[in-house]
Amino acid sequence: MNDYSQRPPLTARDLKRINRRQLLKLTPVLAVGALTLPPFSEWLLKTGLGWTDRAAEAFFNPRRLAQTFSNHQLTPFEQFPINSYSDYNPETDLANWTLTVEGLVAQPGQYTLEQIRALPMPSQNVKHICIEGWDVIGNFGGARFSDFLQLVGADPAAARFVEVSCLDDYYSSYDMESCRHPQTLICWEMYGQPLTAEHGAPLRLHMPVKLGYKSAKYIYSIRVSNVLGKEKGFWEDQGYSWYGGI
Amino acid sequence: MVRFTHWLNAISLVVMTMSGLQIYMAFPSFGAKIPQEDFLHFPEAMRLGGWLGGALQWHLTFAWLFTLTGVTYVLYLIVSGKWRKVIVQPREFRGIWPMARHYFLFKPKPEQLEPYNPLQKLAYTSTIVFGVVAVITGILLFQPAQFALLVKLLGGFGMIRVYHFAAMIGFLSFIPGHLLMVVLHGWNNFYSMLTGWKRDPDYLANSSAPQ
Repeated sequence: MNDYSQRPPLTARDLKRINRRQLLKLTPVLAVGALTLPPFSEWLLKTGLGWTDRAAEAFFNPRRLAQTFSNHQLTPFEQFPINSYSDYNPETDLANWTLTVEGLVAQPGQYTLEQIRALPMPSQNVKHICIEGWDVIGNFGGARFSDFLQLVGADPAAARFVEVSCLDDYYSSYDMESCRHPQTLICWEMYGQPLTAEHGAPLRLHMPVKLGYKSAKYIYSIRVSNVLGKEKGFWEDQGYSWYGGI
Repeated sequence: MVRFTHWLNAISLVVMTMSGLQIYMAFPSFGAKIPQEDFLHFPEAMRLGGWLGGALQWHLTFAWLFTLTGVTYVLYLIVSGKWRKVIVQPREFRGIWPMARHYFLFKPKPEQLEPYNPLQKLAYTSTIVFGVVAVITGILLFQPAQFALLVKLLGGFGMIRVYHFAAMIGFLSFIPGHLLMVVLHGWNNFYSMLTGWKRDPDYLANSSAPQ
């Protein structure tokens, strides 16, 4: 029954080829073994996260708008999750609040809410998608971040990144292209009302082209830069994607 | 090539499933966030990554390997013409039921003229379909804003999570039957998947090939 007897005798060349094939066959076994070694798996996952970010960046089209919705599709305001990373609401002194702008800008300094509110104010019903897997549709009103960046004289050709600091010790950083997306807003309103403390009063970011954790609340400082520091974001430093594009 | 992609795929499937369950546990529901009604919980031993961020790293890293392996395998099937051996064709549909009767009701085994029987080919074909569904829904979950129109047509982000989950269940339902068959067919069969050389193929006994 064994048909090995019918095989022609193996030549030296065959043997060499078979040896190479045998080695190749070990690849999956070696792969499993290597995965159990922390230095290798850490390196692999870090590389993988890099590929993922690059892929998300390649998918991102600065001119493509995220879907918008009608008012009756909105998630009721009470059902818009707060999901603050610590449920810690800073006691903001709203009367004396200013936004600090620094870095590669023509006009660094302190900006009051009045100055920001003087910019045109679009209002949009867009999705807010959380990395956890849930999504809601919310209404956000504020200035286009691109308008504000223009107001402070950020040169998009020279500066690649925007870093944001928040009063609840949250922080994050962004690529300039996503900041200049027409639906990226710095908001002082949600659902037509001034931002409540839970949702990041007095000023928060909202970016429908990024995952929820990129929409930082309680912003008090913006830094335009060309190089990112070691600290790239509260969640990003723990292992979330830095780019966070969706 | 088939064996290489099979074993790489087996590794990625285990990683994808386990890390997928960990990701799912960050929001173990297919309904609203508020109020949240949990659907299913999976024990920690079935999960990989430790937390959502870690699991996403595993999941997205192996998603690239899984996709690459799948595309390589399908291209190989097409180019080599071997898809006829693996993909079930309409004329074989009537052969599925007798084969199912043999396996599930212990009826006599229908005569077999090909390496893979119609039921087996249906199972193999279904895994390719699950793979395609898993990859496409995975890309949509990864980039829902960039593919907003497709997401909308398919019923929204929440529904795509359901399809992605369903594709995993499809794969998981294939595996017990697949492993049982491997065990039933014994060492020779498993040996051939490791080495590529098949001993005593019984389909040759039924065909006119010289012995």
